[in-house]
Amino acid sequence: MKIVVCIKQVPDSEAKVVALNGQVSWGESPLVINPFDEYAVEAGLQQRELQGGEVIAVCIGGESGKDALKHALAMGADSAILICDPALDLIDSQGAARVLAAAIQKIGLVELAIFGRQTIDTSTGLTTAQTARILGWPMLALAGSIKIEGSKASVERVIEEGKQTVSANLPAVLSVVQSIGEPRYPSFMGIRKASKAVIPSWTLAELGIAGLKAVVTRTELLNPPSRNVACEIISGSSSEEIAGSLVEKILAEKVI
Amino acid sequence: MKTWVYIDHFKGEAVSASWEAIGVGKSFGSVTALVFGSGVESLVTAAFEFGADEVTLVEDAALADFRAETYASTLSALASVGNPDLILLPTSFRAREMAAMSAIDLNSGVLIDVTALEVKGEKITAIRPIYEGKLQERTVCAAKPQFITLRGRAFPRPAREPGRSGTINRAAAKTEALTSVEGYSASESGVSINDAGIIVAGGRGVSNNPSLGLDEKATAEKGFTLIGELASLLGGAIGASRAAVDAGYIPYSHQVGQTGKVVSPDLYIAAGISGSIQHVVGIRTAKLVIAINKDAEAPIFTVARYGVVGDLFTFLPLLTAAFKQKLGK
Repeated sequence: MKIVVCIKQVPDSEAKVVALNGQVSWGESPLVINPFDEYAVEAGLQQRELQGGEVIAVCIGGESGKDALKHALAMGADSAILICDPALDLIDSQGAARVLAAAIQKIGLVELAIFGRQTIDTSTGLTTAQTARILGWPMLALAGSIKIEGSKASVERVIEEGKQTVSANLPAVLSVVQSIGEPRYPSFMGIRKASKAVIPSWTLAELGIAGLKAVVTRTELLNPPSRNVACEIISGSSSEEIAGSLVEKILAEKVI
Repeated sequence: MKTWVYIDHFKGEAVSASWEAIGVGKSFGSVTALVFGSGVESLVTAAFEFGADEVTLVEDAALADFRAETYASTLSALASVGNPDLILLPTSFRAREMAAMSAIDLNSGVLIDVTALEVKGEKITAIRPIYEGKLQERTVCAAKPQFITLRGRAFPRPAREPGRSGTINRAAAKTEALTSVEGYSASESGVSINDAGIIVAGGRGVSNNPSLGLDEKATAEKGFTLIGELASLLGGAIGASRAAVDAGYIPYSHQVGQTGKVVSPDLYIAAGISGSIQHVVGIRTAKLVIAINKDAEAPIFTVARYGVVGDLFTFLPLLTAAFKQKLGK
């Protein structure tokens, strides 16, 4: 079974991200594979182990995106493709979905396309559904577990209200949540293989896409209003007294 | 401006940010609420009472289960005839999925998880948190209809006017489905952290307390029981840090922070949570944060308004008792 895992590269979650001269700045912090996408890679590898086949990691991004792809390779993905084009600098989720759908078509005979549930940078969480819609494939979103039997996939969809069992025929687009299992650590052999891998770059022309134009655009980047809270440590002669004072303070804030 | 508001629900239970969306829509003029499903009359009544002027009701047994593809096709078909300028939805997984697909059908875009709107004439600019709330962006959608999903609790909920009603227009569903929903098991009952006004949350400190002489699992069970008692007294939800979720002590739907949920309660009580940046980004918009931690140096105290340095296993029962007494419960 041919499995495509769509990943993105983002600033590390520990990074102090600020708006600097209208640009997003993350200082010296590294760019890493989007944490949710590690679960997508994990899900792809699990299915390869069960079904056989191959896992292909795909990333839209600049040259640095190859590092995120190398992480996927080090985890065990079989191959990787970077989609790199100056026209991709300002795309929105619809644009990203068109590009990924075209890449999935070009790869050919893909049966599963797996996404993380959202990115930690722009956090739109739209791309999975939009890629599915463009491909005309069923979407099985927020999968906490995946079962493939013949040409049918069924997932346990983890939502606020509980868990649903949802099924569809392959090929299908999936997004996964953490219940899929902790992403495996890159193995020593995996890291060696990844470091030697030659990752092809595809341009939009190679995907047959021209005139990509963003519908959704950012007009301004803002630092959030700073939150000046001085913490008052409640003290008292006994824990009972502290509990009593804390309750009074909370009630005085009229939040209950 | 022609404004539609989609009322998201699960089995007839509305996501309350839908009502907040009606309130936002009303500030632009009249509002048509969209109610899709099967057996959803009570939502029609509620939509009118929260301020909708008209309701477009699509009632069909094939819509009994939410499936993004059928709901999106139904919405797209309505919008391509009705030509709304703006479609407001609550930020929920379902609304996100259907807006995403419908935007593809209609060649438009979605502004997601918006916390403020600026309107000049027909032009809408949305403000939304990005980078897990570390930054914000002003963003616009150049095409119509503009899909905008609103973060829960970011906008005021309109007052409900019992008995208020309006015109109901019935419309047909698009029922061509690619997926089937074969089963459902409800999550353990309790308030969802998305909608909660009050959240009591536990972290690593809930499972790590050698002085109790219990193993880690038993310690965590006891800790989350104490957290649950306070949460239920206050009518709030139970939250957790990633550490507690990863250790398997509580399902991931309770996880606050990066890789979990961003929440905006009025009151957030963090017990035994150290306050990693990944957790703190999830509570940036909480109104009042209280920290209870044994370690006076824990970073959670830098984002809390009030702090208590102490053992949550001793302190939480006392806090619950003090609330009981003061609230007369």
